[in-house]
Amino acid sequence: MRKIEYQTIGETLYEEALENGLRVFVFPKPDFGQCYAFFATRYGGMDTRFQLNGKWLDTPMGIAHYLEHKMFDTPEGNALQTLSATGASPNAFTSTAITGYHFSCTDHFWENLRTLLSFVSVPYFTQESVEKEQGIIGQEIRMIEDNPDWQVFHLLLEALYKNHPVRNSVAGTVESIADITAQTLYDCHEAFYTPANMTLCVAGNVDPERVCAMAREILPQEKKEPIPRDCGADEPELVCLRENGKTMAVSAPLMQLGIKGKAAGDGAEQLHQKILGELALEALVGASSPLYAKLYAQGLINSGFYCGYMDYPGCAFLVAGGESKDPEAVRDAILEEGARIGREGLDEALFQRLKKSAYGSYVRSLNSLENLCVEQARGYFSGQDPWTFPDIFASLERRDAESFLRDWVRPEQTALTVIRPGEGKA
Amino acid sequence: MIERTLAPGVTLRLLRTSKFKTSMLAVTFLEPLREETAALNALLPKVLRRGTRQYPDLEAISAGLDELYGMSLEPIVRKKGEVQCLGFWASVLDDAFVPGQSSILEEAASMLGEMVLHPAGEGDAFLPEYVDSEKANLIDKIRGEINDKLQYALSRLRSQMCQGEAYGVNRYGSEESAQTITGEALYQRYRTLLETAPMYLYYCGSAEPERVEQAFRAAFAELPQTPRQPMPQTLALAKPQGDLRRFSDRLDVTQGKLILGFRLGGSVRELEATAPVMVLHALYGGSTNAKLFLNVRERLSLCYFASAALGLSKGIMTVYSGVKFEDFQKAEEEILAQLEACRQGEITQEELESARRTVAGSLRTTLDSQGKLEEYWLNRFVTGTSYTPEELAQAAEAVTLQQVVASAQSIQLDSIYTLRGEED
Repeated sequence: MRKIEYQTIGETLYEEALENGLRVFVFPKPDFGQCYAFFATRYGGMDTRFQLNGKWLDTPMGIAHYLEHKMFDTPEGNALQTLSATGASPNAFTSTAITGYHFSCTDHFWENLRTLLSFVSVPYFTQESVEKEQGIIGQEIRMIEDNPDWQVFHLLLEALYKNHPVRNSVAGTVESIADITAQTLYDCHEAFYTPANMTLCVAGNVDPERVCAMAREILPQEKKEPIPRDCGADEPELVCLRENGKTMAVSAPLMQLGIKGKAAGDGAEQLHQKILGELALEALVGASSPLYAKLYAQGLINSGFYCGYMDYPGCAFLVAGGESKDPEAVRDAILEEGARIGREGLDEALFQRLKKSAYGSYVRSLNSLENLCVEQARGYFSGQDPWTFPDIFASLERRDAESFLRDWVRPEQTALTVIRPGEGKA
Repeated sequence: MIERTLAPGVTLRLLRTSKFKTSMLAVTFLEPLREETAALNALLPKVLRRGTRQYPDLEAISAGLDELYGMSLEPIVRKKGEVQCLGFWASVLDDAFVPGQSSILEEAASMLGEMVLHPAGEGDAFLPEYVDSEKANLIDKIRGEINDKLQYALSRLRSQMCQGEAYGVNRYGSEESAQTITGEALYQRYRTLLETAPMYLYYCGSAEPERVEQAFRAAFAELPQTPRQPMPQTLALAKPQGDLRRFSDRLDVTQGKLILGFRLGGSVRELEATAPVMVLHALYGGSTNAKLFLNVRERLSLCYFASAALGLSKGIMTVYSGVKFEDFQKAEEEILAQLEACRQGEITQEELESARRTVAGSLRTTLDSQGKLEEYWLNRFVTGTSYTPEELAQAAEAVTLQQVVASAQSIQLDSIYTLRGEED
C-alpha cells in the first residue's frame, strides 16, 4: 500500500487501488478505541438518468435512497441487525452525489467489516419486500417535508437550477417512489455498485493490509468501468427564479439566499475554489464580518445565521441564511456589501484573521473519524486530495477573495427563498 | 480524570489526552431549574457573549477568536434533570497544531474568564442594547421551538406530564417570563450566580494538569470568593394516581407525532442502578436492534423512527415516533405491547447480548469525542457520581435478564401526547 504522511496536520493515510477498481483508504488511529468504516458509491439523488448496457434508463426520483434502504436486506435477515448485534452502530445515508454505508464499533471490527462489504455488494430483495418499504420511506419523506430547514433549501435549489439534477429531492416524493420495482433497484445496483465506482475508507486501530485483503476476498473480481454521470442539459448561467417560497407552521420567516456560480475544473481546482469561496463568503457576511455585526445589531439576523460554499458534480453555489424578520433587507444588504467590497477591496487584517480562523476549523474537523472517512470518499470521487488544504491556505491572497466576490455576487445570479409563518401557527 | 477544588464550590475537572487536534474548555454554573429564574439564566450567557471590557462588541470578539485560530466560544444552556446548566463551551487548537505559537491555552482560558467576569457596560449594569436584542432573540428562540416538530412534541409532553414539577420548566424558560425581563433584574441575577452558584470548570486536552490549573486560576482570579450553594437536587416522582393522561395539539403538519411518557419509579444515578436501565433502553427502543425498531418500523412499516429516550436522574423515559394520523392507535398499541413483552421476560439471549454490547460500545465510543466526554462528565458532576465510561460499560456487559425484566416492571405509563394535523 502507498503510505502518505501529512505532517502539518498529523495524519497518516494508506492508499491502495485494487485490481477490481475499488480504492481503499485507511487512517491508522492507534489512540482511538473506536473503528469507523465507510463504504460508498458515486451514486446519489442526482443520478436518475443513466446508460446501462447501451440503453438509457430514466429512473424515479428518490431511487438511490430507496435502494440504500433495501440494501440492508439479506437472505439471512437484515444487515442492520447483524451489525448492531455486535454492539456496532451502523447506518447509511444518501446525498445528492453519494450513497454511503457505515458503522463504528469498539469490538468485532473484522466481523463487521465482512458484513458491510457483503451486504452492500450483494443485492437481495423481492417485489414484496420492496413494496413493504413504501410505508417506512413514505413516513421519512413526510418527516422531511415538515422540516422547514429542508424546505427552504430544496426551494432554493429549484430556484437556482433549471436543468441540473441537484434539484431532485434525494428521497423523492410519496408519488415518485410509488412505482419503484425490484427490477429497477437491481438495474441501479448493477450500474452503480461496481467496485470501480466505489471506495472503502477506514479509520481506527487496524492493519491497513488486512482491510485490503478482506475487500479482495469478498468483493467481485471483475473490473467494470464506472458509467459516466449525467448532469442534465446545459445549465444557464443565470438563476431560474429570483424568489421562491411557501408558508409553513413556523414561528418566524426562515430565509436562504443562494448565489449561483460556476463549477471549477478538475479536483484540485475545485478544492481551491471551495476554500477561496468559503473565505470570501466569510469576509462578506461571516460571523467576523462588519456586515454580520451590523445585521445582528439591527435585529435582522440572529446567532443561528450561517453561510457556506456548496458544490456537487457540475455545480457550485453559495448559501447564506437563517431566521430573519426581513429577508429582502438581508439579501439587499449582502448584495450591496458585495458591490462595496468589489469597489473598495477587503481589509487586509480581516482577511488574514479569517484565514487563521478557517484553517483552525479545518484542523478541528479532523477530530472525527467519521469526518475523515466521509471527506476522503467525497474527495476521491471528485479527484481531490482533501488533506492538501494547508498548502491552499498558504497560497491564498486578499485579492483572490476580492475577485471571487466580484465574479460571483451579482444580483442576477442570486435567488432568495423564504418560508413564512402561515396557517397552523400555534 | 483529575479533580481540583479552586475555591469552595468551584471545581475543576481535567482529562489529559493527546489524541485530539483541539482542547476543550468549559465553564458551567449550576442552578435549580425554576420558572422564576429559567429565562433570566438562559439569557445571561447570551448577553455576556455580546461584549466584554476588552472585546466590547461582536466584531471585537470574533476578531479575538479568529486570532486564536478560530477558537469557538459558544453560550450553552442545558437541562440535566431539574438542574439548569448554563455557561460556555470553548474549543481551541491544541498547541501541537498551532503554527509557531505555544501559549494558546492560556489565551483561550483568559478569554473565557473575560467573558464570564467582565461584561461590557458601565458600573453595575449590562449595556441596555445588548440586553434588549438578546431578550428579543431569546423570545424568538422559545417561539421557534415549534419549528422542529419532534422536539416541540417532546417538550409539550414533558411540560404537561410534569406540570407543577421543576422538570416541566423549559430550559430557556417561558415566553411570558422572558417578556418581563429587565436589565436590572438580569444584572442582579448575574451577580447572584457569580457569588452563590456552584461552578464547574472543565478541560480536555494535551496540556499538563498544573498548567491547566494555573491558566484557569489566572483567568478566574477575580471570581468572588464567597460561600456557594450545594448542588441543586432533582426530585423524581412516582406516576400520579388516576387514569392515563392524554394531551394533544393540532398544527399544519403532514406527519403525526406520538409521544409516550413513562416514570421509571425513581431517580437512577448510581452505577448499579444505571446499567440495567440502559440495557433495557437499548433493548426496547435504543438501537436498530431494539424491539420498537424491529416491530413498529420493520415488521409493521408504521413509521420511519420509533425510539426511546431516558431522563435518568428525573426517572423518566419517553418513546417517540412519527406516524400517519390514522396509525396513532396501532402504533400506540404496538409500543405498549413491546414494553409488556419486556416485562414478561420475552427477551431472547441474542437480544440481551446485543443490547449489552450496544450500551458498552456506545459508552466506549464516548472516549473518542471531546463533546461526548464533556457531556458525560457533566452528567456525573450533576448527579454526584464519578464512575468512568469504561466502568459503566463493564457493568452493562454484566447485566442479567432478571435485572432487565425488573427494570421493565418498574416502568409505568404516565401520559400520551399526539401532535395532529389540522384536519385529520
